[in-house]
Amino acid sequence: MRTWTAIRPAVALSALLLCSAGTRAETADLCAVPGYLLFGDSLIQGVTAAAHKDKTLKVVVLGGTSSSLPGPSGASYAYPARLEVALRQRLPHLTVSVVTYTRPRQSASKIAENIEKLLLDQKPSLVVWQTGTYDAVHGTDPAAFRDTLSDGVETLQAGGADVVLMNMQYSPRTESIVAVDAYSDSMRWVAREREVPLFDRLAIMRYWYDAGHFDLFTATRDIGMAKSVHDCIGRALASLIIDAGRLESEKGTSAQ
Amino acid sequence: MAPIVQTERDLRLDLFRGLALWLIFLDHVPHNIVSWLTIRNYGFSDATEIFIFISGYTAAFVYGRAMLQRGFVVAGARILKRAWQIYVAHIFLFAIYIAEIFYVASNFENPLYVEEMNALNFLRQPEITIIQALMLKFKPVNMDVLPLYIVLLLVFPAVLWLFLRNTSIALAASVVLYALTWEFGWNIPSYPSGHWYFNPFAWQLLFVFGAWCALGGATRLAPILRSPITLWLAIAYLLFAFSITLTWYFPRLAYFVPHWLSEWMYPIDKTNLDVLRFVHFLALAALTVRFVSRDWPALQSRWLRPAVLCGQHSLEIFCIGVFLAFAAHFLMVEIYGGFLMQVVLSVAGVLIMVGTATLISWYKRIEGRGAMPPKRPPDADLAGGEA
Repeated sequence: MRTWTAIRPAVALSALLLCSAGTRAETADLCAVPGYLLFGDSLIQGVTAAAHKDKTLKVVVLGGTSSSLPGPSGASYAYPARLEVALRQRLPHLTVSVVTYTRPRQSASKIAENIEKLLLDQKPSLVVWQTGTYDAVHGTDPAAFRDTLSDGVETLQAGGADVVLMNMQYSPRTESIVAVDAYSDSMRWVAREREVPLFDRLAIMRYWYDAGHFDLFTATRDIGMAKSVHDCIGRALASLIIDAGRLESEKGTSAQ
Repeated sequence: MAPIVQTERDLRLDLFRGLALWLIFLDHVPHNIVSWLTIRNYGFSDATEIFIFISGYTAAFVYGRAMLQRGFVVAGARILKRAWQIYVAHIFLFAIYIAEIFYVASNFENPLYVEEMNALNFLRQPEITIIQALMLKFKPVNMDVLPLYIVLLLVFPAVLWLFLRNTSIALAASVVLYALTWEFGWNIPSYPSGHWYFNPFAWQLLFVFGAWCALGGATRLAPILRSPITLWLAIAYLLFAFSITLTWYFPRLAYFVPHWLSEWMYPIDKTNLDVLRFVHFLALAALTVRFVSRDWPALQSRWLRPAVLCGQHSLEIFCIGVFLAFAAHFLMVEIYGGFLMQVVLSVAGVLIMVGTATLISWYKRIEGRGAMPPKRPPDADLAGGEA
């Protein structure tokens, strides 16, 4: 009896916490991301200039399998396609195209070998470089990973493309199996060193998970949640590109 | 200069090693709210530095005396026996880890995480993975500290031999090795790629520095540690490190860090024990030594007893901690991973560590009573078991 009296407030409190977490998930906008996680100080001025001059925004997404979804129509639900939709909606005055250049099971250094060819073939104004997962699982030297990335960004910039780096997904189930911290830190450092925006997918997905937007623990064959997550990533990435490229102010001036 | 081997065990070592073990456990539970309490969030260094330094200190303290009393061969043999025990413990942990991985891999299906699962494919060749683990080349998450410890102990007989001849030369040799490692990028390769997460050529500096402190260095440093200049330098550095870490959590603050400073400072390399980390540890240690004296009565109190006990059985408690971190994560995945669960599992984990340490102490006590008369000096039990 006495024990129960002692633990009752704790039980009540935990029930309260659980309930509040549950209701919040239903009402909040699933894709909402706090600004401090999304926006930084680095600009993508090449994109701004191209938007001004040619009224185009040509994006290449360079990445691994987590830039795609399985299945025949997977590509249309994956975040690069969602990014394209979001950008077209929000930037109707621009000709937007998003091309995906994914290479499964490849380290950053393998990807980096193709950069020059990619620049020649696609002539993008912006490259979103999504990386980190494969290197983290395989324990690539974080210092080597950092150098590869830093050199790769330099090559891209020298080739006339702006860069946004995107780190790995937040994957709670594999957290005690794959240590991603050293690699996400490396990416943060490279982003700072090269003054390019970092789309912190890891922190953003962790935020969604914490706030109860998505239950990323779930084991499921259903592709529904994966689609929603990719849709949200596409929208958030669009917001980052518009912010770092100062693209919406453009729209403002044209409206005046 | 000839080494001075102190005779009495310094309870502060046990206390802080015990605390370090708790912090390591809390940090190892992924995505754990309680890990905000741990020192890694407030400066450059973390509990690993404390653990390795104190391990070096105790190893020199225990085996140094053994080497003086019983000679190189006996002390060396005991050090190697200890390295072997740690190796066995490491492999035991690996078995648990592999079991967890296979469970997760076979029960985890989610189209969102195809990349993560594909990348783990190399684990499907157990004949390679297990051999690589036995050779200490494949080291799963959170299992990097023990291999470092093993390598450090393997060469420790030679290091100790040198220490007993000239402590200054031994320390200088360690610093030179550290510097050369930074210059030439030495490290040991890992499987499936990369290098050791804790580079032994760099981290030996802390271990050897710990040993140097145990063998008279602490006495030589005492005047420096008492000086108010040291105090203020240490405080200033800790504040600097704290403000830099703040910019990691509030990226907007990074605006206030001058460009030349980040250029010079980053990356702060954990693998190679960055000088910034080492100095941060020194600053922490200087403050600790200043404000927590050796005969501080609270060291004997029952409130600090749990941490002291954990520190006295560091190998067992470290292993339990790694296991508990796996287990906690497993429960969070399978049942519920919310805030409350994180707190409950963290507290429960520390309690289990304390309970185990108490049990081991009790077990050693009754074992000791049975083996009459004790031929070894009373502290040798600590020596055999707990360096």
